[in-house]
Formats: sequence, structure tokens, C-alpha cells
Amino acid sequence: MLNKNFYLILIISAVFGISFWIGFNVNLLPVEASINAPIYDELFKILFIIGLIIFIGMTIAVVYSLFKFRKRKDQFGDGIALEGNLSLEIVWTIIPSIIVLIIGLYSYNIYDRMGGMKELNHSHEMMKSNTEKIWAGISQTSNNEVANKNLSVEVSAMQFAFLFNYPKGEFISGELHVPVDHKVSMKMESKDVIHAFWVPEFRIKQDIIPGQPTILNFTPTKVGKYPIICAELCGPYHGGMRASIIVEEESDYKDWFNKNTKTEVSL
Amino acid sequence: MTILIDSQDSNNKSLQPKGWLRYFSFSLDHKVIGIQYLVCGFLFYLIGGTLASAIRIELTSPMSDFMPRDIYNQVLTLHGTIMIFLWIVPVVNGAFGNYLIPFYVGARDMAFPRLNAVAFWLIPPSGLMLVASYFVEGAAQAGWTAYPPLSITTPQSGQIIWIMSVLLLGGSSIFGGINFIATIIKLRRPGLKLMQLPMYCWAMLGTSLLVVLSTPVLAGTLILLSFDIVAHTGFFNPVLGGNVVVYQHLFWFYSHPAVYIMVLPAFGLVSEILPVHSRKPLFGYTTMVFSIMGIVVLGLVVWAHHMFTSGTPPWMRLFFTIATAFIAVPTGIKFFNWVATLWGGKISINSAMLFSCGFIINFVFGGITGVALAQVPFDIHVHDTYFVVAHFHYIVYGGTVFIIFSSIYHWFPKVTGKLMNEKLGILHFAITFIGFNLCFAPQHWLGLNGMPRRVAEYDPQFQFVNQISSLGALLMAISTIPFLINIYASIKNGKDSGDNPWDALTPEWLTTSPPPVENWEGEAPLVEEPYGYGKPISK
Ligand code: HEM
Ligand SMILES: [Cu+2]
Ligand SMILES: [Cu+2]
Repeated sequence: MLNKNFYLILIISAVFGISFWIGFNVNLLPVEASINAPIYDELFKILFIIGLIIFIGMTIAVVYSLFKFRKRKDQFGDGIALEGNLSLEIVWTIIPSIIVLIIGLYSYNIYDRMGGMKELNHSHEMMKSNTEKIWAGISQTSNNEVANKNLSVEVSAMQFAFLFNYPKGEFISGELHVPVDHKVSMKMESKDVIHAFWVPEFRIKQDIIPGQPTILNFTPTKVGKYPIICAELCGPYHGGMRASIIVEEESDYKDWFNKNTKTEVSL
Repeated sequence: MTILIDSQDSNNKSLQPKGWLRYFSFSLDHKVIGIQYLVCGFLFYLIGGTLASAIRIELTSPMSDFMPRDIYNQVLTLHGTIMIFLWIVPVVNGAFGNYLIPFYVGARDMAFPRLNAVAFWLIPPSGLMLVASYFVEGAAQAGWTAYPPLSITTPQSGQIIWIMSVLLLGGSSIFGGINFIATIIKLRRPGLKLMQLPMYCWAMLGTSLLVVLSTPVLAGTLILLSFDIVAHTGFFNPVLGGNVVVYQHLFWFYSHPAVYIMVLPAFGLVSEILPVHSRKPLFGYTTMVFSIMGIVVLGLVVWAHHMFTSGTPPWMRLFFTIATAFIAVPTGIKFFNWVATLWGGKISINSAMLFSCGFIINFVFGGITGVALAQVPFDIHVHDTYFVVAHFHYIVYGGTVFIIFSSIYHWFPKVTGKLMNEKLGILHFAITFIGFNLCFAPQHWLGLNGMPRRVAEYDPQFQFVNQISSLGALLMAISTIPFLINIYASIKNGKDSGDNPWDALTPEWLTTSPPPVENWEGEAPLVEEPYGYGKPISK
């Protein structure tokens, strides 16, 4: 009996050990380039580890049963007439409930930290009239928000392109340029069907819905060029509906901004 | 009771063709209708599978070069629609439900045999209509979800035929659902208590409740959508002041429960198969029943988890996260119970058993990614990506399709009186299991790293992983070959199985194989312990 428990404990610790090892050492996600990303990845890691423990555990249980309890040639008759075990069943109802509850609360916390629970409907700086209804998106706030002024961009999506309007510069660009470590507020509108704005490196996505403007705020943390991908089926060229977001140092961004403003004005 | 008089029509043996022709004629016999559902579903599965292969061929290269982009979207839409509405739903519900439920309640037929026949015969024409719409001009290309405004602006003839076809198929499943509920509640033989029913009855009761409650919502939604397309009304058309998100709410109010319409019957079937081949009672009968009902109730209140990026208010996201994650509890209970059913048994390792165990492993995997997807912040990154494609194929293919195969191996001797070839069966399992995991496991990575779904072209960095996935799909296609050979060869010259080759205790095995027209020569047996393995009275 002692032996049996010993093996059980050994196997359980091995499952936990392996799951934690994989969880911490195998990275399945692209680079982290916004302040959302590390928060997201923290949740991912936890879910990944819990998932691995359950998956490896269940697989071992099934495969072990198939080997251990398979019918040998000389065996006849039935297995034990075990129909249930109330305490066991209570245990495996309560433990998963607790795990699910904890995961739910934890992801609520993550979501809050990402800015998802922010009320978005009141007085947004770029809204023309306050009566217009804005539909929720994510509203991420950075720590040094006070120091930096927000960059406001108006995104319009259409079959099959994104256009970025910089209201302050009065110009429209096909590429989204943003300064690193600044909060960017986007108001997104669609001209035809539903599209979606997705930047995998930022771990954010928001549908762009015709007739119902949505808001998406984020703060990039890493200089570079990242793809903006339309993630909602929007017609034949849906797969080709891409744009780039260029995160650059503030001075580079200023240069780009001024250059564009000037050309637009001189026209 | 009128019900009984009705069922006597099917007794009219002289009018029925004999032999295999019986299965290709109009019949009111629940067993014939069940097999008709199965064969018809399988033919559509072959079409849907061919379309899946076309998709996977296109995706072996990053450019859209195998077929034009709009054709790709049409093929994708047709694949999804066929697989859901013409393969999985009709087979796990219609085929096995019709074949087994009357046996399980001790009846000679379904409660409404004519309605039953109508429900089946709606399927071939509407399926053909759906396939034909592809050739008409401008097939539907808005995905199986048909979100407006895309579905309003794409070619209209195709979209309208698509809607008609799905409406008819929905009607068929509502008829089926009503029939199952009536049969299980009303046609039970005297003395048979509800808590003595085999688990598949409970699963079908739960499923049918979902069908009856949610399918009409889909029907209503699609009718409104067709008004928008044909009559230029503005329910969902933003140009006319319509609201596109409302469509999504209505659509998912059906289509989330639809997943349970696809998996709950599979849960029921596996609960019949595991006890027989491990020679043990089903572990935790009562909790199994309650967990089915728990899934039904929760299944109806989680639809908005498909809309976390659609601009739903924060409180809604929170509620739907928690509700969705909690489905894992009753579902988890069922899986623990199945493993406990295996534990300490005398397990025969055969094709039916292997497919069932493959199901457990695949479904646990799909369930885990499902709980992850329920978390709003997690979902926001992977929504509408290949991660989701991988997740739901783990559920519908790794779950339900595996159980369909398991069930075919298990009940084949009942239907034909012949045994299937185990070597071919195990080969079939091995190729399917490897091919399936090779095809869909890598897609999780694709989604996490930036490949959206429903695209004919993608970033070249994903090519290698896509090719692995396509290789897996090729194996899956190949895996049907040993299966088809096995079916053909076993019907032709399989070994005689006898009436009850597995020594099973559920009622369908207590009659001849194949069973006579009204199921039993004499009175239906009263089976009080369908899972009484290992008990002295069982022999
Ligand atoms: C035979 C093996 C199968 C393969 C290789 C396969 C492959 C695929 C592929 C490559 C896609 C495209 C994913 C995308 O871009 O969104 C897809 C979509 C889909 N598949 Fe399958 N699939 C298979 C079986 C099934 C089954 C059995 C079902 C049952 C429900 C199913 C349901 C769907 C659905 C609903 C979609 C989404 C269609 C849409 O976006 O409108 N598939 N499948
Ligand atoms: Cu788009
Ligand atoms: Cu798109």
C-alpha cells in the first residue's frame, strides 16, 4: 500500500514538474511589443501550465488503464462492479470548480490591468459630439501616461485596406506610425463590412463594425515594424488585408509626422 | 394510443423491399431511418472532406494559387456548413438516436414514425440544394456564420440558397428533437424508470431540449437575414440603420448550443461503449445525468463568448467568461467518470475502445483550450485565428467524429450480424489519430503567432507549419480507405457475430442481429440495470 502511494506521489510530482518546465521554457508567442503583451503572457503561462497538468494527467490515466487493465488471454468474466464513489465524485466536482473560479477571477484581474473594464462611453477626447455612442474596446493606460500626451488616430477600415487619419496633422496614411512608449487612442470605423484590427505582437484585437465605432487604446513598448492583420472575414481579399504599424523613437516619429503634414499642407 | 397504431404501419412487411434495398426506400422503421441518416451523412462527409483537402492544398503555399480567392471562401463556407449541418448533427442525433432510442426505452418504433421519415427525407434534397448552389453562380462565401453585412453584399443567389438549405436542415432537426423527447418521455415500456435508462437516452433528451429551444432562433434569424437580402429591409444592414451585432447574438444563441448538439450525443454514445468493452458498470450514473443537464443549462447562457471582440460591454464579457469556464465542471465530471469506468476493468483493446479512448484524449485537449478561450483577455488575441480553428476541430473531429467511428465499430454487428475486421479497424484508428493530431495541433501555434482564419494567403513564415498540417490532413483522407474497405468486406463476408458478440447488457443486444422489424419477437425485455457488469445477476 505504501508502495502504491509512493508511486502515485512520484507520478504526480513528475507531471507537475514537466508541466512547469514546459510552461516556463517553451515560448509559443511572438515578441512582446506593448504593455498589454507581458500581462497577457502571464495569463497564458498560467493557463498553459494548468492545462498541461490536466492533459498529461488524463492521458497518463487513460493509457495506463489500457495497459494495466487490458484483458489477458486467460481472463474471463467482468471487472469489479464499482458503480460510484460519492466522496471521490464530490472531490472531483469541487476541485475543478475552485480551479475554474480562480482562473476566472485571475483573468478578470488581468483584463482589468489591460484596461478592459474601463468605461469607454464618456467624453473621449476625439469624439466630435458626446451623444455619439462608442462601443467598448480595450482602453489600456500606461504608467507614464501623465507625462505623455495621447496620440489620437482615426482608423477607417474598408475592403481591403486600413486608413489611418491623423487629425492633428490633417493627413491620412496607409501605415500606422506611432512613437514608442506613448499611449495611442484609436477610434475605429468601418466603411462597409466587419473588419478587425489585430496586432499579434501587441496581443490586442478589436472588431471594426460598420455603424458602430469602437475604441482601442494601446501603448507600444518596442521599436519595430509589426503587421496589422484583419481578423474578420471581409470578402475575397480578406487574407491580403494587412497594414503595418511602425513603432519608432519619438524624434523619428516627429520627423515622419512633420514631413507628412507639410506635404499635405503644401498641396 | 394513436402512437401505437401509427407504428403498426411499419409492420406492413409486404410493402417493404427486402434485404439491403430496404434501406434505400421510404420506410417508417426507426432502424432503417437511422441507417439512412448514417449513410447519407457519410456521403456528405466525403464531400466535406474533399473540400477540406482542397482547403489544405491551397494552404500548402502562402500565396493564393490553387484556387481563386472567392472560390476559396466558397469552399470554406461549404465545408463548414456541410460538416456541421449534414454530417455531425444528423449522424450523432438522427442516425444513432433513431437506431438506439426505441430499443433503449423498450419501444417498437419512434413516437411519430411519419414525422421521423419526414425529418430524414428533408436532408438529401436540402443537402443537394446546398451543394448545387455552388454551381449555380456565386455560391455563399460569408463563412458558415454568414455574418452580415458581408452576407448581404456577397452574391445573393448563393446566399439565399444557403439560407433556404440551412432552414430546411434546421426544420429537420427540430422534427427529430420533438420526436426524441416524445419517445423518451412517453414511449418507455411500463416498469422502466427514468433513472434506469441507458445514458445515451439522457444525452439525447438534453440534446433535443437544446435543439427545440435554440434552432427556432436560428431559423428566425436567417429569415430576417433573407429579408435583408431580398426585400432590402434593414434588420442587420447598417446602411439602413440595422445592427450587425444583434445578428451575432441571435446566431450564437443557436450556434453555441449547436456545439453541444454535436458533442452531447457523443458523450452518450461513449457512455454506452466504454462499460461494455471494459466489463464494468458506468461509473457515477447519477452524476452523469446531472452533468448532462448542467451542460444543457449552461450551454444556453454562454453564447456571447464568441463576441468578445465585437464590442460587447465589459460586464457582459465578465459574465460570459465565468459562465463558459464553468461548463468545464460538468464536462470534467464526465471525463473523470469515464476514466473511472476504465479503471479496474477487463478492457478489450479493439477498434471501438481505441476510438473512444482517442476521443477522451482529444476532447480533454480541446476542452482545455476551450477554457482558455473563455477568458476574455486570452480570447482577444486568438479570436478568429487558427487557434480557434484548432480548438473546434479538436472538439468536433477529435471528439465527435472519433465517437462516430467508435460507434460504427461497436454497433456494426448489431446492424448487420457480421463482425468487422479488427486489424483494419486498428489501422484505421492509428492513421486517423496520427493524422488528426498532426493536422490540428500545429494550428494552435499558427493562431498564437499571427495567422488569422479564413484566409487563402498568409505570411510566408507560416508555410512550414501549414505544410505539416496539410500532411496530417492527407493522412486523415487516407485513413478513410481502410475504413471503407472494412465496411465493404465485412458486409460481404465478415464473420458471423451472433446476436450479442460483446456480451452487452443494454436492450438492443437482447434481440437478434440484425433485429426484426418491430425490434423484438415477443415482449420487449425490461432492463433494469443496463450496466450491471460484474454483478451476479448479469449472467
Ligand atoms: C476531415 C478533416 C477536416 C479537415 C482537414 C478540416 C480542415 C478545415 C480547414 C483547413 C478549415 C479552414 C479554417 C479557416 O480558415 O477558418 C476548416 C474550417 C471549418 N471546419 Fe473543418 N476540417 C475537417 C473536418 C471538419 C469537421 C468534421 C467539422 C464538423 C463540424 C468541421 C467544421 C468546420 C467549420 C465549421 C469550419 C469553419 C468554416 C468557416 O469558417 O465558415 N471540419 N476545416
Ligand atoms: Cu478586412
Ligand atoms: Cu478581413
